[in-house]
Amino acid sequence: MQDIFVTPFIGFRIGQPRQYLFSILSVCLVSAVCFLFYSYIRAEVVAFVLLLTLSLIAMFFDILPVLLTALLSALIWDYFFLPPRYDFGVGNTADRILLSMYFVIALVNAVLTYKIRQIEKIARQKEEKAKTVKLYNTLLNSLSHEFKTPIATIIGATDNLLEQMGRLSGDDSKKLLTAISVAGLRLNRHVENLLNMSRLESGIIQPKKDWHDVHEMIVSILHQLEEPLADRRIIVSVREELPPARLDYGLMEQVLYNLLHNAALYTPPGTPVFISATRFARELIFVVEDDGPGFPDNEIDKVFDKFYRRGRTGGTGLGLSIARGFVEAHNGTIELTNRPSGGACFIISVPACFSAAIEEEEYVS
Amino acid sequence: MKSKATTKILVIDDETSIRNILEITLQTYGYSILQAATAREGLQLTAAHSPDLILLDLGLPDESGHTTLKKMREWFGKPVIILSVFSGEADIIAALDNGANDYLVKPFRTGELLARIRSALRSAAPEDEGPVIRLNGLEIDLSSRTVKRDNELLKLTATQYALLVLFGRNVGKVLTHQYLLREIWGSDHVDQLQYLRVFIAQLRKKIEKDVNYPEHIITESGVGYRFLAGSN
Repeated sequence: MQDIFVTPFIGFRIGQPRQYLFSILSVCLVSAVCFLFYSYIRAEVVAFVLLLTLSLIAMFFDILPVLLTALLSALIWDYFFLPPRYDFGVGNTADRILLSMYFVIALVNAVLTYKIRQIEKIARQKEEKAKTVKLYNTLLNSLSHEFKTPIATIIGATDNLLEQMGRLSGDDSKKLLTAISVAGLRLNRHVENLLNMSRLESGIIQPKKDWHDVHEMIVSILHQLEEPLADRRIIVSVREELPPARLDYGLMEQVLYNLLHNAALYTPPGTPVFISATRFARELIFVVEDDGPGFPDNEIDKVFDKFYRRGRTGGTGLGLSIARGFVEAHNGTIELTNRPSGGACFIISVPACFSAAIEEEEYVS
Repeated sequence: MKSKATTKILVIDDETSIRNILEITLQTYGYSILQAATAREGLQLTAAHSPDLILLDLGLPDESGHTTLKKMREWFGKPVIILSVFSGEADIIAALDNGANDYLVKPFRTGELLARIRSALRSAAPEDEGPVIRLNGLEIDLSSRTVKRDNELLKLTATQYALLVLFGRNVGKVLTHQYLLREIWGSDHVDQLQYLRVFIAQLRKKIEKDVNYPEHIITESGVGYRFLAGSN
């Protein structure tokens, strides 16, 4: 019942003054039509038609305009339709009862419909809250898993090292220490991502643009990712004549870092990773492609959502949504497609200024 | 090894665990360590022991490390390396402008820290500024204004040459964009970063073996460049 009344009209909101105007107009219009055809119908029929109009109005509008409509329709009905016509007075007892009944039914109609809508609204809010809580719990679980795994590694490995001091072989100690080091770097990355996410959500990101050499930026990111990308073949393609472009280095660096780091995490060792930068009119286009498994077609729309993770792979699900946020802070776009040959292909396009050619100098030495 | 034993490093950081880890690590490499937990203590120890190098945290309990650095620089000339969790470009540039020799963001890798300490100490050591700067296969002859890579003469423009000499005289040190622009193009051009980008790219093409893996001119994101002698 609630569904029939309200759900199809979620989001159907009209401002108060318009609600009054619309209610009054529709009552007047319906009355006018009834007035024209009065010779074919009786006053009682008009009463039902007006009540129906009122019910429809009550479904969508606030309580005050509805009450006003109830009152107005009662007066119109009394004046124009109930004998004696063109008079607010009422002829006989039966009509007096009819008028009072009309008035009561109109009011009850208005109030009841309003109440049902209120209850429906509360139920919907509860349902939404329950959904949010459930979503929040799922996210919290996956986040805490991502944080607790490295912490568990660190605590476990250090306990082992402390207790077995001197008894562990050099090889085993090295394994434990490497695990601690990897866990530390992983935690650091997660914190970095959370901080970036909160920067994005608080809306304080203002790109600070300056002139940067795009090739240099890519080289610097690849240098930072040297370890994780060690067994991938990286193919960089940047046209030599690409002039310096104005962009926020920190933001764009993070975008490409996140994409390349994902490639390091989720593609098989030995496969190639391609990164290119080109200028297209006043746009700077980056393409990052890999030969990994790509994304399921029905999930491509969700990939940039906060906390999206591909299947049961690890991660906080923040990297790509931060990438999108930072690209959008540049008024740019980021798109994902699966390559026909398999693998993911990210295309980033940001509006950018390019510096004018700088004059060549004479060689002196 | 023997000379290192006399190298005194002062660590100013309010985190005991960080001080301890630094002490253990640096002692293993033969440095002797002094510790201070506050800016006050740090300044006192600096005055009393005149360390050879200071590792300074920016988030100290009694005052900002930036302030401490400024106070220190009025009378302390030896290298200061900033260790901080603040990774913003503004903090890094401010610290370098206030006279820090280098800046490392926490968490940092031990190998990186040791390399920075070595290069800061090297740059502080009085050296004969001969007419030739030699850097692992790269040779800058200041008297004849020629540059050779692997004994092969390089063709450089005036600006490329000036940039390379500036780098050669500051090996291992971060030079901010503003500093480089001011030194090479003059103070009217400090916001013309595009010039620097273009000439750095040109210079890299001349002196780097592989521009995709530069080993001399290293980019310091958003801050500037660091010139390294290069590995063997």
